Amino acid sequence: MIDFELTEEHLALQKTVREFCQGEVAPYIKEWDEKSHFERSVFDKMAELGLLGVCIPEQYGGAGFDYISLGLVCEELEACDTFLRVAMSVHVGLNSLSLLTWGTEEQKQKYLVPQAKGEKLATFGLTEPNAGSDVVGMRSNARRDGDDWILNGEKMWISLGDVADHFLFFCWTDAEKQKNRDHSGMSCFIVERAMPGFSSGTLHGKLGIKAGNTGYFSLQDVRVPQANMLGNEGEGFKIAMFSLENGRYTVASGATGVIRASRDASVAYANTREVQNQKIANFQLVKQKIADMEADYEMAHLLWLKCGYLKNEGKPSAKAASLAKWQATIRSEKAASMAIEVHGANGYTNDYPVERYLRNCKAAVIYEGTRDIHTIMQADWALGLKKEPKARVVLPPYQTVSKEAGA
Amino acid sequence: MKIIVLMKQVANKDAILRIGKDEKWIDESDISHQTNESDGYALEEALRLKEAKGEGEVIVCTLGAASAKTVLKDALARGADRGIHIIVNEPNKLSPFQIAKTIADAIGEESADLIFTGLQSDDASYGQTGVILAELLGIPHATIVIDLDRSSLGESLRLKRELESGWYQWFTYKLPALLTIQSGISQIRYASLKGIMAAKKKEIRDVTPGVEDYASAQKIEKVYLPLKTKQTQMLGDGDAKKGALELVEKLKTEVRVL
Ligand SMILES: Cc1cc2nc3c(=O)[nH]c(=O)nc-3n(C[C@H](O)[C@H](O)[C@H](O)COP(=O)(O)OP(=O)(O)OC[C@H]3O[C@@H](n4cnc5c(N)ncnc54)[C@H](O)[C@@H]3O)c2cc1C
Repeated sequence: MIDFELTEEHLALQKTVREFCQGEVAPYIKEWDEKSHFERSVFDKMAELGLLGVCIPEQYGGAGFDYISLGLVCEELEACDTFLRVAMSVHVGLNSLSLLTWGTEEQKQKYLVPQAKGEKLATFGLTEPNAGSDVVGMRSNARRDGDDWILNGEKMWISLGDVADHFLFFCWTDAEKQKNRDHSGMSCFIVERAMPGFSSGTLHGKLGIKAGNTGYFSLQDVRVPQANMLGNEGEGFKIAMFSLENGRYTVASGATGVIRASRDASVAYANTREVQNQKIANFQLVKQKIADMEADYEMAHLLWLKCGYLKNEGKPSAKAASLAKWQATIRSEKAASMAIEVHGANGYTNDYPVERYLRNCKAAVIYEGTRDIHTIMQADWALGLKKEPKARVVLPPYQTVSKEAGA
Repeated sequence: MKIIVLMKQVANKDAILRIGKDEKWIDESDISHQTNESDGYALEEALRLKEAKGEGEVIVCTLGAASAKTVLKDALARGADRGIHIIVNEPNKLSPFQIAKTIADAIGEESADLIFTGLQSDDASYGQTGVILAELLGIPHATIVIDLDRSSLGESLRLKRELESGWYQWFTYKLPALLTIQSGISQIRYASLKGIMAAKKKEIRDVTPGVEDYASAQKIEKVYLPLKTKQTQMLGDGDAKKGALELVEKLKTEVRVL
């Protein structure tokens, strides 16, 4: 059955996130962006509302909404500013959902519960200075020491890297396999900022997402117990790919928000700016740009919605997430760029938000799989060279119990 | 302690308004709606008062079409305990007296300690519904309330009213009483995700009144957009002094700014 209708809870959620953005972020974002100021208190407020655990089941401290709700939150947040959505991507998409799926009960109680409640912020450490797209090119490693593991490595370009409390750390646990670039030699660990040997810093000079924190962290002989290994030894690569499926979903829905915001800003401007005694909305080439944004918004929205539906149903969604992420991000870049043109010279200054949209959205074309990587993956899927990954565990489908009880 | 908050659904403040075919109201068929602004503040005050007291019930009540249920659901998600929906299809064609009388019937048995309304509705702007309701229920009312001394709540409540020209007034009201609340007096809370989930389980009682039960002493003749006209008049017939005199006269009698 096909159902494009959002539920009452979806609409209420959308409304509350929109109000939150209007009240707590929109009045200040220009200044935060200008000063590269990271406003930590915003995340405490998001936690209070329950946003940081939106689609985590109530039994693990979350709000118990479905995966489509996660997409709605991301679309609303990024229509305001990208730094808000980035936090949802790493905290919920890349970290919490992986704990929910791959974690032991003990790990869920210790790490997932405080994350879902928003008491702790979490992120995802895969990329290294010399290994981004090429995951198996990473150098981080762990060696066994009795019942413990000793972790070493350097992670770079990590969102919330200098502020998060919990990290997923991907590394080699099998030196032989590392030599052969055999990814079954990689594992994943849960690392805490407070652990001895942990250090982090903030990266400066970014093009956009200036209100957000992007950093690096380094582990020097950090000792963790076996209990901090997520999944089994050798499952690190699979967990990383699983995490990216969820992360890409949040990036896709967020980028859709950029397209919407670009369209809305353009419509508002075109309806007020007068040239030659008429609104510029009357000019056909301005209409063309707005029409393109409208079409791209609808397409991007439908693509992430389909992906959210697959997640709710517990169906494989790697291909859908990749397609939605790829298309939404490249279209967001186009929309933001067009929006600047609709605004003329005004669009080129930060008196209007559209130049920020363009600076912000570029990163999403790069992270969680570059445009090139997704292009090749989609071709490989079409050519039958790529299949949905098979894994020991799958993202839990949305339990509709509460939905039915309330209906 | 029981507080009833009256909340109305009005056209979204950004909606593009068109006059309805019968010229008695705007065409509301395909516009988006929102909660009347000052009603949101009324709810916030009620919730804060209940929290300060540590007990009590906040009941939200709307008189409106089926779509007005979203106003109640939104209020329940923000923390109200239950709702009453008086279903009337074209509420804006009723007079404030008819509305107040219908609401009085629906909430009379609740015997609330306090009734809060917004100062006025953003669409019809009568500002009378609360006042008439208080009279019908035989309880005192205070309008344009801008602060409550929450710690004073007992048999009575101390409150601050806004007067003209920057003057204020503190009053103590014996309960039960009705207060009409001014916009902007506090920061309205957001609906939390827990609140949205909890709202699904909260009760909304539907009431279907006989709308025609109460005759109205007033009726809307015609609703129209302010006429935008532009005309040029030459004053004084070339004589500057005469022109100035005519201008003063016009500013006094026509434009009425002098
Ligand atoms: C703001 C921001 C936040 C980030 N947050 C995180 C985070 O939280 N956690 C995290 O782990 N990482 C994060 N990243 C890192 C991001 O995921 C990587 O930058 C990304 O994977 C690309 O890797 P790279 O920078 O090493 O580029 P490279 O992999 O060196 O790519 C350079 C170019 O080569 C192309 N290329 C590379 N390999 C191939 C191939 N096999 N086939 C075709 N073309 C190829 C790419 O498409 C690209 O055009 C973030 C990055 C940014 C900018």
